[in-house]
Amino acid sequence: MIQRTPFANALTYGVMIFGFLLLIGPFIVIVSGASQTFQQVNAIPFSFVPQDRLFENMGAAWSRANLGTAMLNSFIMASLVTVGKVSLSALTAFAIVFFRTPLKGFFFWMVFITLMLPLEVRVVPTYAVAADLFQPIRLLISAVTGFEVSVDWNLLNSYTGLTLPLIATATGTFLYRQFYLTLPDELAEAARMDGSGAIRFFIDMLLPLSRTNMLALTTIMFVYGWNQYLWPLLMVTDPQYKTTMMSLVALLPSDNGTPDWNVTLAGSLIIMLPPLVVVAVLQRWFVRGLVATEK
Amino acid sequence: MDKRAAFRSWWLPSLFALPQIILILLFFYWPAVAVLRWAFTLEPPFGGAAEFVGLANFQEVFADPLYWNSVGVSLAFALCGTLATIFIGLVLALAVDRQLPGSAPFRFLYILPYAIAGPAAGMAFRFILSPERGLMASVNAAFPDFWNPAKYGSHALILVIVVFAWKWAGYTFIFLLAGLQSVPRSLIEAAAMDGCGPIRRAVDIQIPLLAPTLFFLLVIMMTEGFVGADTYGIVARTTDGGPNHGTDVMVYRIVEEAFRGLNYSGASAQSLVLIGLIMIFTFIQFRFIERQVHYK
Repeated sequence: MIQRTPFANALTYGVMIFGFLLLIGPFIVIVSGASQTFQQVNAIPFSFVPQDRLFENMGAAWSRANLGTAMLNSFIMASLVTVGKVSLSALTAFAIVFFRTPLKGFFFWMVFITLMLPLEVRVVPTYAVAADLFQPIRLLISAVTGFEVSVDWNLLNSYTGLTLPLIATATGTFLYRQFYLTLPDELAEAARMDGSGAIRFFIDMLLPLSRTNMLALTTIMFVYGWNQYLWPLLMVTDPQYKTTMMSLVALLPSDNGTPDWNVTLAGSLIIMLPPLVVVAVLQRWFVRGLVATEK
Repeated sequence: MDKRAAFRSWWLPSLFALPQIILILLFFYWPAVAVLRWAFTLEPPFGGAAEFVGLANFQEVFADPLYWNSVGVSLAFALCGTLATIFIGLVLALAVDRQLPGSAPFRFLYILPYAIAGPAAGMAFRFILSPERGLMASVNAAFPDFWNPAKYGSHALILVIVVFAWKWAGYTFIFLLAGLQSVPRSLIEAAAMDGCGPIRRAVDIQIPLLAPTLFFLLVIMMTEGFVGADTYGIVARTTDGGPNHGTDVMVYRIVEEAFRGLNYSGASAQSLVLIGLIMIFTFIQFRFIERQVHYK
């Protein structure tokens, strides 16, 4: 648009730079704080100039909070959540969209209702389920046959327990559903005309077509899985299964100890890095996934 | 919403949907039923079967002033957090949407905070806005006791709202920018022709046309503020609900009550109230979105 607006342009740049300071400023503080010595980080006023001790501090944080295991666990957890969501949602959405069956509406509503209750509000009973997985089955058996069976299987301290309850929601299913609904009817018609069955249509046509969707969902779910806090906190008591978000506590300087915030900041920088890299590198897919899942 | 050409089979779709349905039954519906059961029963202190107590759990919850405190805190947190994120997102989106030279990198940078987990961000902000070090120490040196989230509940509430707003501003920014880009260019050009400057256009044309997006974000962010995964994490890692219950949001209180107080019945009753609240939000959102989005 050709219009001379010097004042508005200056204001626009001012706003954008202010936004930069507001949203990226904290990162700058974290990085410069993490690269300073103990004395420098506690100095008043705070100096924004990064120093050269970043890797030393990171090393100290790494060993203090045992970040090696935690990073590995978080990575496994985030990957499992991602794979589970991306594959299971594709299957369910296929069943909901491409079949004419009386069960369709039932499946749809069953999945849709899960959008309403995030894990945080049903966390208490979900924990009880995970701690005693066979309870519903036991109740069912004793109701039907009158026998008391004592099988016990809990998911505490396991990757299954960390991931399955997070997969049991509907976000991904709706992303696929919307995409499938935009596909022209002729596609499935042509496939049927050529003698393809439902499974073949799904594998040979739908999956390749939904590559974009999968990538978008993958980025979102990885970040979602990595950033889980409350659920791992409840599920895990064994240090072997600790995730990064749980090791944040170990990084915090104790009330009466030395306030070595440089190490704390370096540690939280390590923990922030993987999802940050995913979002930065795959931003296009990430944004697309975000906008699509929320509709 | 039906496809014209569909495959006909009843067992195949059931097979496809089965894995997810089992997971949902086990980890969603069964716990949801348990919430209901616990909310109306009470476990005797020395073991034995749970006893049906009707609405007693709710009466107890509603009689507790700390519960109403947490409702107030949650409301303040969600409302201020929502307004702050939407305001920041809107102003930044309006600026970036002008597509002045050099604005592309900003568009990339603004989304980055969204990648950070609430608890990790909370830890960092504990340092950044700490009263003794970081950015606020110099202010506190000049005006003693000006800022101390460890001492004043209101300051702590501001602190968690800042963390929330920081994390979510990039998110609203994405949606608002997408909304702005769908405003017809010809409309803006016509307004410019009639002598409207950029600010006037923003206020009189762009923002009114963004109303659906703004409303959508309002609902989403309010839900996020009340029950979002990050709300718990931010509060737990930044202020621990304190000082003196100053940041004791509803989700935090439920988890504390259940796992520290081991009061499953009270926690479930509180969960039910919260669930009712979310259902209202979701209902509004669904009604609204079904009207807005057309698939074909």
